[in-house]
Amino acid sequence: MAVIAEPVAAHVKRSSLWSRAFESRNFLGAMFMVPAIAILVLFLAYPLALGFWLGMTDTKIGGVGRFIGFRNFVSLSKDSVFWLSVFNTIFYTVFASIVKFAIGLYLALLLNERLPFKSMVRAIVLLPFVVPTVLSAIAFWWIYDSQFSIISWVLIKAGLLTHYIDFLGDPWNARWSVVIANIWRGVPFVAITLLAGLQTISPSLYEAANLDGATNLQRFRHITLPMLSPIIAVVMTFSVLMTFTDFQLIYTITRGGPINATHLMATLSFQRAITGGNLGEGAAISNAMIPFLVAAILLSFFGLQRSRWQQGGRD
Amino acid sequence: MTTIDQTEGMSYLESFPRKFLRVYLPLGLIMVFLLFPFYWMAVTTFKPDAEMYDYEKYNPFLIAHPTLEHIKKLFFDTDYPLWMWNTVIVSVSSTFISLFASVCAAYAIERLRYKGSRYVGLAIFLGYLVPPSILFIPLAAIVFQLGLFDGNLALILTYPTFLIPFCTWLLMGYFRTIPYELEECALIDGATRLQILTKITLPLSLPGVISAGIFAFTLSWNEFIYALTFISSSENKTIPVGAITELVNGDVYHWGALMAAALTGSVPVVILYSFFVEYYVSAMTGAVKE
Repeated sequence: MAVIAEPVAAHVKRSSLWSRAFESRNFLGAMFMVPAIAILVLFLAYPLALGFWLGMTDTKIGGVGRFIGFRNFVSLSKDSVFWLSVFNTIFYTVFASIVKFAIGLYLALLLNERLPFKSMVRAIVLLPFVVPTVLSAIAFWWIYDSQFSIISWVLIKAGLLTHYIDFLGDPWNARWSVVIANIWRGVPFVAITLLAGLQTISPSLYEAANLDGATNLQRFRHITLPMLSPIIAVVMTFSVLMTFTDFQLIYTITRGGPINATHLMATLSFQRAITGGNLGEGAAISNAMIPFLVAAILLSFFGLQRSRWQQGGRD
Repeated sequence: MTTIDQTEGMSYLESFPRKFLRVYLPLGLIMVFLLFPFYWMAVTTFKPDAEMYDYEKYNPFLIAHPTLEHIKKLFFDTDYPLWMWNTVIVSVSSTFISLFASVCAAYAIERLRYKGSRYVGLAIFLGYLVPPSILFIPLAAIVFQLGLFDGNLALILTYPTFLIPFCTWLLMGYFRTIPYELEECALIDGATRLQILTKITLPLSLPGVISAGIFAFTLSWNEFIYALTFISSSENKTIPVGAITELVNGDVYHWGALMAAALTGSVPVVILYSFFVEYYVSAMTGAVKE
């Protein structure tokens, strides 16, 4: 950096204060940051703070709210629908994330093999991630239709079922249905990023392990997993964050039904704030998600630190 | 044999039936799982109503009499063309705003290295972790106060909140790969920082700018919760919101039109993606590897 600064200083001497300001890295840096910072402060930082505030008011749509402290949270703590949504959110996140990770890792290992048409296969695998979530969710909605579900039809034809499954009408069926739709949408992201991680592992490690007579499982356990763990932490943090705060899939497929059985915190906060008009209460539900998100981020952060430390403090 | 498969260099020794069972079969099954909803979307789009609701007479997996009636209905009897137009306008504008802001920011953080740039860089990255489902309520209040409610501008100005952090992060990585020496030479020759950015750094990081642009475009095409919250009249909606809110009349679902909307709404993104798939994949993997 000093190398850059010197020629600048040498050739600035003659110039006026104004043009000298433009040669200063700090001033220029600030100028370059203006567009990004302006947008992010106005539409990200300020709303985040406003959201905290709104959560402590009784604001209704179109009205001005009063500060009521933690009363929204107190009433939520007695609200069984809210607790159901917390349960659903955790259920949804835990199961979807675990299966996404398992299938994603397996798919990444498969894609890491010598394959014909490798890049085409990779491009196809990413499709569910690229296509707008709501539009693919509409397809799932139709796949789960109570009368014309193709899944039920196939199972009946195969002699495994006698009547159509009510995918979205029964609470537990609906929960599993949205979890599966979420897995479908999330697997490509996990698989492709883990594949990138796999490709950075040197083949010589596997060759050395082979010479020592390691089995497939041992190589996976002692080479692949440890080498992959930093990227697994990053991918799974993202995956958990996206799943935990998901809105689109639920809103499209079930709107939180049947009888709130699939309401996530995000969909419930939308329902209370926008549909129901209670902005303050909705904001309080949104804010209740924040501790979980912070916990997820910290967990993966400290997990990474620990694995780095175990590997002898590399990086 | 069992000990040498999986090693890249020797896997060609594996017999075909074995490799079929171990690799191709599971891979094929996962691909079927991933592709089936698209197939089902396409089949439903081109299937006449009579076949769609009659599994006794017709095999649901095939189309006996393909028809364009659903697509025709979608394009001529609904506001779908307007939704498409809004989605394009919003995605293109917010992509350009975000790219402009991100290029400037990433260049300043990565190249000017002004005082505190590292912390600003970190703060911008943290912005990416703030999910829209936490921001949409206060944002709705702000959008309303600014008089932007129910207009494209509400979306064009709010989408950059999740696009800028991502693009900046991606571009910082690309700028890092350009050798400092090039900039130093230009500085000695009397080029200004702006000239250096537009004549040296940007052209050299074009692949990064393209992938950031594609990502931004697909992310804004995909956005739902802001569009659902900030837009109320049918002619101002985007495709995802329009499809969900306008194609459902009470309990009557126009499945043909819904599937047609899902299919035609996905096509532009998929076409763009297929042209730049290598950028897309490398950016996605590169961004995570950082």
